[in-house]
Amino acid sequence: MKILVCISKTPDTTAKIAFKNNNTQFEDAGVQWIINPYDEWYALIKAIELKEKDPSVILHLITVGGADCDVIIRKALALGGDEAIRVDTESDDSYVIATQIAAVAKEGSYDLIFTGKETIDYNGSAVGGMLAEMLQMPYIALATQFELNGSQAKVTREIEGGEEVDEVTLPAVISCQKGMAEQRIPNMRGIMAARTKPLKVVAPVATEALTHIVQYELPPAKAGVKLVTADDVATLVKLLHEEAKVI
Amino acid sequence: MPNIFHSKNKKNMSVLIFIDQSDGHLKKASFEAAAYGAAIAKQFNTNALALVLGNVADDLTQLGNYGISKVYQAQNDSFNHVDALVFAQVIAAVVKQLEASVVVFSHTQTGKAVAPGVAVQLKAGLVAGACALPDTTNGFVVKKTVFSGKAFALVNITTPIKVITLNPNSFGVQTTTGNATVEALDVEVPAASVKILATNKVSGEVPLSEADIVVSGGRGLKGPENWGMIEDLAHVLHAATACSRPVADAHWRPHHEHVGQTGVQIAPNLYIAIGISGAIQHLAGVNRSKTIVVINKDPEAPFFKAADYGIVGDAFEVVPKLTAAIKEMRSK
Ligand SMILES: Cc1cc2nc3c(=O)[nH]c(=O)nc-3n(C[C@H](O)[C@H](O)[C@H](O)COP(=O)(O)OP(=O)(O)OC[C@H]3O[C@@H](n4cnc5c(N)ncnc54)[C@H](O)[C@@H]3O)c2cc1C
Ligand SMILES: Cc1cc2nc3c(=O)[nH]c(=O)nc-3n(C[C@H](O)[C@H](O)[C@H](O)COP(=O)(O)OP(=O)(O)OC[C@H]3O[C@@H](n4cnc5c(N)ncnc54)[C@H](O)[C@@H]3O)c2cc1C
Repeated sequence: MKILVCISKTPDTTAKIAFKNNNTQFEDAGVQWIINPYDEWYALIKAIELKEKDPSVILHLITVGGADCDVIIRKALALGGDEAIRVDTESDDSYVIATQIAAVAKEGSYDLIFTGKETIDYNGSAVGGMLAEMLQMPYIALATQFELNGSQAKVTREIEGGEEVDEVTLPAVISCQKGMAEQRIPNMRGIMAARTKPLKVVAPVATEALTHIVQYELPPAKAGVKLVTADDVATLVKLLHEEAKVI
Repeated sequence: MPNIFHSKNKKNMSVLIFIDQSDGHLKKASFEAAAYGAAIAKQFNTNALALVLGNVADDLTQLGNYGISKVYQAQNDSFNHVDALVFAQVIAAVVKQLEASVVVFSHTQTGKAVAPGVAVQLKAGLVAGACALPDTTNGFVVKKTVFSGKAFALVNITTPIKVITLNPNSFGVQTTTGNATVEALDVEVPAASVKILATNKVSGEVPLSEADIVVSGGRGLKGPENWGMIEDLAHVLHAATACSRPVADAHWRPHHEHVGQTGVQIAPNLYIAIGISGAIQHLAGVNRSKTIVVINKDPEAPFFKAADYGIVGDAFEVVPKLTAAIKEMRSK
């Protein structure tokens, strides 16, 4: 069993969102980078659990990005995994990212590919679905539970207004979210071990972006809160009804 | 003005909107996607076509009320569950057959599962989570939310076919009058790639992602036994209930109610936050709400900075009063 987990780097959830160069670039000065929470807490930890159950599982991590991603991928290796691959190219187009991962995945003939539900920066929720299509593998989006039975998996996924339990024959691509696994904190042994785990840097395959970010915008500032006293809820109801027109 | 629809053949110009259904019924988000797609079609003086997969009990001609001129329906029992690989192939084939230039989905569970595959099949640029009509003065530039609602990106799609998923509640369910014609479509149905073992729908509740009003509780409510007043308030407002992450983590409330950066992201017309401090990760999931009301006993709670209306006070006192006041207004 070979598992590939896709890891992306995102600004820390508390990072101040600002832009530079005429709002064409993210202001990264002073920003702390983390592993995208969905990739870490759900995709990676679930894969690690599968390997703990069956030590013959081979677990690879992949990221597409520049050398600045190495810190992030080492952090991921500290949690678990045998080796990491970094495809040395940057793009803000999900299609390019998926094309790069697909090229590595084809080569490695993985049985299972885990992604996060979405990145918390660009919020595409697209890379997993694209990857599945490129590899012509079944795609189970927004998975909340995963159980492996030989060459099959039972996967629970979120659907509109509820959930669905699917059975899928591997290989498959699964996008992971809350419920898949419980968050863990890397221990010292893991951190030490991660230093010597292989991190292969591979060259990208030729492809082109199908979309381009032209500019960023910040939302307009809120006008400020209107406070109503605790014993005057009737005024609040009136404001919601007549001014905001939402009830 | 560069116009992507300026091709020799007038037929080559339509906008195709994928209409999602659940248990045979069309969804609110689909009507919004239809209205959005129809508005794009209007920008280009072309037709808005809709595609429905599966067996539907609702009257499809009503899609005319959202600007759709023609509905194509492909019926097959296998379409009653979303199989991403199957749907992507079928939808891409229909796009090619109808020679559509723009394909619109809503950014819901189905859209997220299927649109990326359609984009790959068509080698079309995808903007996921759009929140405004495209600007075509210089290319085909679509605004989308990024950084979990903390900013927007303007994204230019440079391919001949464009795929867009629309954030629910960002455009509005805009209506017009009209009747759509319905035409049955014969499509080749690929073999299923997943087997459905069970579906469990939460019945009787308003689904969070579709709710116009959401009442949400945080750690300030002290324990699950105190949720009765939250449910009462939600009930009079026909609202869905939600909660902050620590509340779901402590199993006071089910996980699917957890909103925020790492939970569900919502954009209702009204979000009422009760006993929630307003941490940045919480705000990331709710800051696209049109109106935010905060009830918190701490005047320094950061949530007040993101709110439109607020009451500084004890939730246990304020919430029952609020419920009673709304009941009274409704009874007038
Ligand atoms: C403002 C901004 C700044 C950026 N800055 C950088 C940067 O400095 N360096 C850089 O390398 N990239 C950068 N990116 C790229 C970004 O991190 C994503 O990789 C890319 O935009 C795809 O995002 P998505 O939202 O479509 O992914 P989604 O489709 O939402 O991602 C779903 C899943 O796919 C996987 N995935 C996504 N991206 C990658 C990836 N790159 N590698 C491996 N797996 C992935 C993850 O498992 C993720 O959970 C930036 C993007 C934006 C918008
Ligand atoms: C990577 C990451 C991701 C995260 N993702 C999310 C997420 O998706 N969603 C999320 O919600 N959180 C998320 N968090 C957690 C977040 O940082 C906060 O810890 C959390 O939102 C706090 O929840 P709370 O407001 O319910 O509790 P608290 O912060 O404890 O706030 C309780 C509030 O209740 C008020 N209160 C107390 N008693 C009363 C009373 N009687 N009447 C009225 N008010 C009262 C208090 O004044 C206080 O403001 C994330 C954190 C991290 C690090």
